[in-house]
Amino acid sequence: MFKRSDQDTRPSVHIVVDGASLVAREGDTVSAALLASGRDVRRLTAVSGAPRLPYCMMGVCFDCLVTIDGVGNRQGCLVPVAEGMRIEIQKGKREIGR
Amino acid sequence: MTMTPKRDAYDVVVIGAGPAGLAATATAAEAGLSTLLLDENAGPGGQVWRAIASTPVKQRDQLGADYWAGAQLVEMVRASSAEMIHGATVWSLDRNLEISVSVGGASAFVKARRVILATGALERPFPIPGWTLPGVMTAGAAQTMLKSSGLVPDGPTVIAGQGPLLWLLAAQILRLGGRIDRILDTTARKNYLAALPHALGFITSPYFAKGLTMMREVRAKVPVVSSITELSAAGDGQLASVTYAAGSKRETIPAELLLLHQGVVPNVNLAMAAGIEHRWDDTQLCWSPVLDGDGNTSVPGISIAGDGAGIGGADTAVIRGRIAGGAAVTALAPTAAAKLAPVATLRAAQAKAERGRLFLDTLFRPSIQFRIPQGDTIVCRCEEITAKDIIDAVAIGATGPNQLKAYRRTGMGPCQGRQCGLTVTELMAQARAKTPQEIGYFRLRAPVKPITLAELASVPTTEADVKAVVRG
Repeated sequence: MFKRSDQDTRPSVHIVVDGASLVAREGDTVSAALLASGRDVRRLTAVSGAPRLPYCMMGVCFDCLVTIDGVGNRQGCLVPVAEGMRIEIQKGKREIGR
Repeated sequence: MTMTPKRDAYDVVVIGAGPAGLAATATAAEAGLSTLLLDENAGPGGQVWRAIASTPVKQRDQLGADYWAGAQLVEMVRASSAEMIHGATVWSLDRNLEISVSVGGASAFVKARRVILATGALERPFPIPGWTLPGVMTAGAAQTMLKSSGLVPDGPTVIAGQGPLLWLLAAQILRLGGRIDRILDTTARKNYLAALPHALGFITSPYFAKGLTMMREVRAKVPVVSSITELSAAGDGQLASVTYAAGSKRETIPAELLLLHQGVVPNVNLAMAAGIEHRWDDTQLCWSPVLDGDGNTSVPGISIAGDGAGIGGADTAVIRGRIAGGAAVTALAPTAAAKLAPVATLRAAQAKAERGRLFLDTLFRPSIQFRIPQGDTIVCRCEEITAKDIIDAVAIGATGPNQLKAYRRTGMGPCQGRQCGLTVTELMAQARAKTPQEIGYFRLRAPVKPITLAELASVPTTEADVKAVVRG
């Protein structure tokens, strides 16, 4: 869906998505890194289980909701990636405590 | 490292580090006022100058001169005495000018003598069939990824909608080597005639030549279909095709990515939650705050600058920011006000920057079928409520957006109405044969962004707080 520009020389940042490692770039948001990965990173909504991907990328639509380092429902488009960050794609409703 | 505010009270707190917020901050800090700038993003620039301090796009002409124009203002703020905190989500502002802000998972509280809201704009909802499918995004979303991560579309891509941003985005994607298969221009044919009386203002504005050059650049590389009257997206769990009609022509084209855009509207959530009076704007088809010439709102001490005050664009936003910052200086440090740019000069610059706006608003007024959906088209993305659901609720007694919450939970999901609010108002107004002003908007309340219960529970409490809720 998206490709990186040849001009992009930013250093790599390693994150873990559903247990698999993924190389992002410094300054990527979680959502940008997920979309750039080319993997299936669709979440499933809490209401009907419909698949979604980020829509606005600017913090207003909440379609990028993702679990980051164990905290659920974070807006992936507003959180910059960090080395070792653990991401889980949300499938349906959150459970109590996460 | 997560920064938190150094003090618990400031002369001026500015919310939002886009063009207006940066300009207001620079003005207030230069006059010696203690100034705090809170911004939700990772770096300064807002949307228009997003990632200006960190973009991986090194060939400057690819993003254009208007983008780099923000660098000077960012430097001014960085060199000033103002505190600028990023990753800071303001979740409450009240009439006492008390602000609650979440930074790095913990909340801090500051009090201001003046608050300048510069929360900018967001994209107008574009509720077509299939707009919730993975692979359908806003044009602004693609531009955000382009600016901050150097990402461009590389699969079959369609851009649909209207307005200056659409052409700018298309030009930027092409310059960076990205792929666009088709542009579907939804500008209504009748709008050209309606806009004609305002054309002189536009032709003499700086936008005219720039816009024309950009459209020519894009049209040379991408097939453009004009006067689109119907638009829908389809696919099984993922966008696969886009169908459109233009006059008698109807076509379905394969697509992996559909970028939608039909203008921007003020981001009203924080302002409305603070109790600031807004009115329906019949020209821009959105809610705009009621303001005086300095940007002062109906709540004493709070002003609004930038696109949050009504869409005016980046140049206007900078001037509005300087005017609002100047008003704060005049109120709080009258002796420093003498050094401010003369108000008359700023007003003249504002008039110049706003030239052509009425033409753009009229030409790019979104058509009713792209604002007020029907049938199974989703209106509320969070709660997955369709246009028919809302019409049915009206039929059994829902009178306005706030009653509708009890029937269908529209606006009660995590986005708090940001994606459905305008559609709900216009849809209910149409169904009940009333004006949007009569129908009204969701009653917004803090927290305007979700925060965790754990964060709320770990807020320090005073003895008075405890006494207020504990019996005996």
